[in-house]
Amino acid sequence: MQAHATMKHKPLAHWRQSKVWRRRIATAAVYLVLIALCVAFLSPFALMVSTSLKTEDRIFTETIEWIPRPIRWQNYAEALQSFPFLLYLRNTLFVCALVVVGTVLSSALPAYGFARLRWKGRDVLFLMMLATIMLPVQVTMLPVFVMFRTIGWTGTYLPLVVPPFFGSAFAIFLLRQFFLTIPQELSDAARIDGCSEWRIFWQIIVPLSVPALATVALFAFIGAWTDFINPLIYLTDENTYTLAVGLQTFVGRHSSEWNLLMAAATVVTLPLIVVFFFTQKLFIEGITLTGIKG
Amino acid sequence: MRQRQRDLQGWLFVSPWLIGFFLFTLYPILASLYYSFCDYRVLTPPRWVGLANYVALLTDRDYFLPSLGNTLFMLIELPLALVIGLTMALLLNHKIPGIGIFRTIYYLPAVMPVVAVSVLWLWVLNPQYGLLNAILTPVLAPLGLQPPGWLADPKWAKPAFIMMDLWAVGGSVVIYLASLQNVPAHLYEAAEIDGAGAWHKTIHVTLPMISPVIFYNLIMGVIWTFQYFTQTFIMTQGGPQNSTLFYALYLFYNAFRDFRMGHACAMAWILFILTLMATLIVFRTSARWVYYEGERG
Repeated sequence: MQAHATMKHKPLAHWRQSKVWRRRIATAAVYLVLIALCVAFLSPFALMVSTSLKTEDRIFTETIEWIPRPIRWQNYAEALQSFPFLLYLRNTLFVCALVVVGTVLSSALPAYGFARLRWKGRDVLFLMMLATIMLPVQVTMLPVFVMFRTIGWTGTYLPLVVPPFFGSAFAIFLLRQFFLTIPQELSDAARIDGCSEWRIFWQIIVPLSVPALATVALFAFIGAWTDFINPLIYLTDENTYTLAVGLQTFVGRHSSEWNLLMAAATVVTLPLIVVFFFTQKLFIEGITLTGIKG
Repeated sequence: MRQRQRDLQGWLFVSPWLIGFFLFTLYPILASLYYSFCDYRVLTPPRWVGLANYVALLTDRDYFLPSLGNTLFMLIELPLALVIGLTMALLLNHKIPGIGIFRTIYYLPAVMPVVAVSVLWLWVLNPQYGLLNAILTPVLAPLGLQPPGWLADPKWAKPAFIMMDLWAVGGSVVIYLASLQNVPAHLYEAAEIDGAGAWHKTIHVTLPMISPVIFYNLIMGVIWTFQYFTQTFIMTQGGPQNSTLFYALYLFYNAFRDFRMGHACAMAWILFILTLMATLIVFRTSARWVYYEGERG
């Protein structure tokens, strides 16, 4: 009787099993492709680190030697000496700090105005702001340069750090999207208690928006760290260079010393990768907030 | 009175951006339009020359037109990035253990500073000792073929740049992935009941649902392509034989190397008009292929 029952269910069990197997094979195939892609994406990084540790005579080889023999840590010391890394790092951090503070502060206020207040002209201004995101930077870059040149700001950090204090359209958009998700009742209750909008902004909205503000800060930081064209145009004294421009001049001077070049590239990249590893969640949240609703 | 106070408050809150808008956007747009009709060498005041800059540019077969052509060539990258990015996002959308690690790894190249990417790829693309040709040589040698010289070869320099950019496709993968995860599960369930397999679900549910994101990425991609600068400035300076003299690079040369602001501003305005036109075309055709929720629901 029992045997009969199993017999009867066998085709079903078999079907189930084959489905499980098909799923397993599919999963294995997905992993295989994912891993192959990983190798493709990581190999340039591996090459960078490996070359950065090679001695001069082991760089130009017929086949690629992934593990340098001997390992030459000295490259990093040399790269950092022939290129005033610490000075450029300090300059970069200085610019980054001001850009972050400026962007966050001056984007949060307009975002609040666009998201939580009703006033005449709001929607028109908001559309105008969105349109500026699509404006090619070249259209405004040259007159802005002429303007800064006229008031004698070229050769200083001011052209890099002052504009962020007038907000960034992208950051305002991101923060507005976030502010919209905060329940209106919170503001209404505070208004009934006689709170001014200024206090509602600082005491209710800002504390609730720390993740979004952190995302904006992060994007501003990375933007300032990797910015190339603005420091290139405005910084004239080599001692004021940021890492991005510093690395570029380094390339010009050591064009075939690949071990030193790769060491320098690693050093300029590493801080960002570390920051990225610790802030991945913020990244994804920021992208979800803007990319999807964009 | 109360309404007027509220209006004033709104304007006050947005005033940081509004002042910036006048100083760094509106005034510069108008100024660059004016300069584009002038002979302006920065050190001397601008002198009105009418359409001369535009005429000179549009008849310039040595630099301007090639730079435009080179940039248009780079647009090939957009469909490639779309297909590769979407495929990767679809792969990453499987709920299997360790998927987060893969996502992080694919995103890494997009975090790297462009200057560092450029330096690294100068080495990867090195014709003799670079990684890419080290892989290609054993494959091509039996066929009696030589691997290309990449950045040293006018024919292969642009494809080399495209490849380098596709390495950083992870930036858009994360956007696609986030949008994939926003597709409501009940749509897939309904499709399954109708007997749809994985392929049909992708074509008839996933793609229509994420089409707004694809659309947004395409527009930003066009704009981004026309601003392509740092990589060529560092890696090729426009060579060999001007094959990588891209639009933004030639504009930069005009403005900051040759100090021909008038020319550069005319280029900026041509770029502005081209971008507007491209955006309009994408917008116009979008009604046919972009699905907005709530529009027909």
